[in-house]
Amino acid sequence: MGLKIIVLAKQVPDTRNVGKDAMKADGTVNRAALAAIFNPEDLNALEQALRLKEKYKGTTVTLLTMGPGRAADIIREGLFRGADDGYLLSDRAFAGSDTLATSYALSCAIKKIKDFDLIIAGRQAIDGDTAQVGPQVAEKLNLPQVTYVEDVIKAEKGKITLKRRLERGVETVEAPLPSVITVNSSAPSCRPRAAKLLMKFKHARTMSERQSQAEDYIDMSADRPYLNIQEWSVNDVETDAQWLGLTGSPTKVKTIENVVFQAKESKVLTASDKEIDELIKELMLNHTIG
Amino acid sequence: MNNIFVICEMDEGKVADVSLELLTKGRSLANTLKCQLEAVVLGHKLTGIEKEIFPYGADVVHIGDDACLAPYTTLPHAAVINGLFKVEKPQIGLLGATTMGRDLGPRVSSALYSGLTADCTSLEIGDHEDKKAKKIYKDLLYQIRPAFGGNIVATIINPDCRPQMATVREGVMKKEIFSANHKGQLKKIDVSQFVKPEHLVVKVLERHMEKSRVNIKNSSIIVSGGYGMGSKENFQVLYELAEVLGAEVGASRAAVDAGYADHDRQVGQTGITVRPKLYIACGISGQIQHTAGMEESAMVIAINNDPMAPINKIADYVITGDVMETIPKLIKFYKKNSK
Repeated sequence: MGLKIIVLAKQVPDTRNVGKDAMKADGTVNRAALAAIFNPEDLNALEQALRLKEKYKGTTVTLLTMGPGRAADIIREGLFRGADDGYLLSDRAFAGSDTLATSYALSCAIKKIKDFDLIIAGRQAIDGDTAQVGPQVAEKLNLPQVTYVEDVIKAEKGKITLKRRLERGVETVEAPLPSVITVNSSAPSCRPRAAKLLMKFKHARTMSERQSQAEDYIDMSADRPYLNIQEWSVNDVETDAQWLGLTGSPTKVKTIENVVFQAKESKVLTASDKEIDELIKELMLNHTIG
Repeated sequence: MNNIFVICEMDEGKVADVSLELLTKGRSLANTLKCQLEAVVLGHKLTGIEKEIFPYGADVVHIGDDACLAPYTTLPHAAVINGLFKVEKPQIGLLGATTMGRDLGPRVSSALYSGLTADCTSLEIGDHEDKKAKKIYKDLLYQIRPAFGGNIVATIINPDCRPQMATVREGVMKKEIFSANHKGQLKKIDVSQFVKPEHLVVKVLERHMEKSRVNIKNSSIIVSGGYGMGSKENFQVLYELAEVLGAEVGASRAAVDAGYADHDRQVGQTGITVRPKLYIACGISGQIQHTAGMEESAMVIAINNDPMAPINKIADYVITGDVMETIPKLIKFYKKNSK
């Protein structure tokens, strides 16, 4: 029996490869200097969904992302790797959301998608490392959650069996469907793009993207509906404005500081034999080592 | 009412270190705020557990002892905490940033609509002025953490929602006995009042715990490698140096992400916080994400081919050179001099 799976994915700045121009002089983040990527653990989540699709005939994988218009890249990337379709939730009303307001918006979109058996998300996103959105979405939807998942063992007869990675061990748990699960980076990496799917979905666009294309762009989405990426604004989803964006975010950023190290007086050495020899002798003499 | 609550975690029949560390921090915050410190322990067969907690300064210990609360699953724990918090209305709720705390914290914060900040490296009390609303908030919890991959440090506040919740990693706060004879009040939680059959749908079928293979936290010397080590194979030289020095091997997040070392060796905000006698940072640039977890080391040696690496600023000794050349020399001269 096939499953209907929703994968939550986020487009994030690549904070792992921060160059020297990543910070502006005033100490704020220069987002333009950072590449926007598919959040790594969301790819682990997508892979688990694609494996279930292979295992259980008739399974569909739907991506859901919230972000600015360019986050449609995340949907395309997912389609290239084997997802069936995707939704982009995009509106200024969502700007400034903390994890709770994000979870609320996502849960409203999921309620609109309505028909699903399983929600899979990455454990956490590299720009915040909070690991909060998965559990908060689960709570908003009143569904059970299983976090830190490393492997989906099976999903049969309305139940899912999962392997979790804990600090010092592993746990096998069984949860009912539907449930929300979050996947760790210790789970298998996502498969690469498939050439065939890349050809098929290369021209997949949201409505706003289609409207801003160059004149020679030929819109084929009427004949090929799979080329249409669903884009939802706040008006397409049933929400209560008081829980959205900045207003709906209980946490506020009070201050942001650039990192300034208190410079210690340090001894600078070269790696010459003589200097290393002297360093070792000094450390032994003051009983730091030995 | 409006006290500070620490949600304690059980680890092999004892209260986890991270919870005792949070109690120590909670005690000092409670003194600043002139409120009480309360602890919550949920699990099974907890008789006498309060004796482990009172010396850390808790005024009240709430114990929920029921078979449905061990091993940990999300829903029954969340149901008890939500219920308790609705009655007690804490102003602050603290949890360890463990797999349990990071699973339970967001569930509770979502249900109570309260703000939660993950992996704080510092907690302070302070005021806040909202200039737009012309409103002054007194005695908020400043939740301070590196953000954006550790490139900035952010102070987060929850002006209007309670409790103000935060998770903190093990080792970040210091654990200190408040008073060995300190006694508080013991309150038993009626678990059946909160946990309903629908909370018992997730079942732990099997649990396999390993003794931690790596004991970085208690090691007095740590040899740590970063992305600059270049490969998993090159990491081998760190194990050799650690072997001769009687040290443990640590790693930066970038090195762990690149697959050079396992996650249980990761030092930093999202790994372990350490305070060794000597910390040797090899090929580590020193993003705050990393330094947050080692800056209290008594002595730091940085080995890096970049003379401008931020790690150099907190190092006592800076060796500017190639790691693969320098580390074998450290081994060689240590062996020579220790004869």
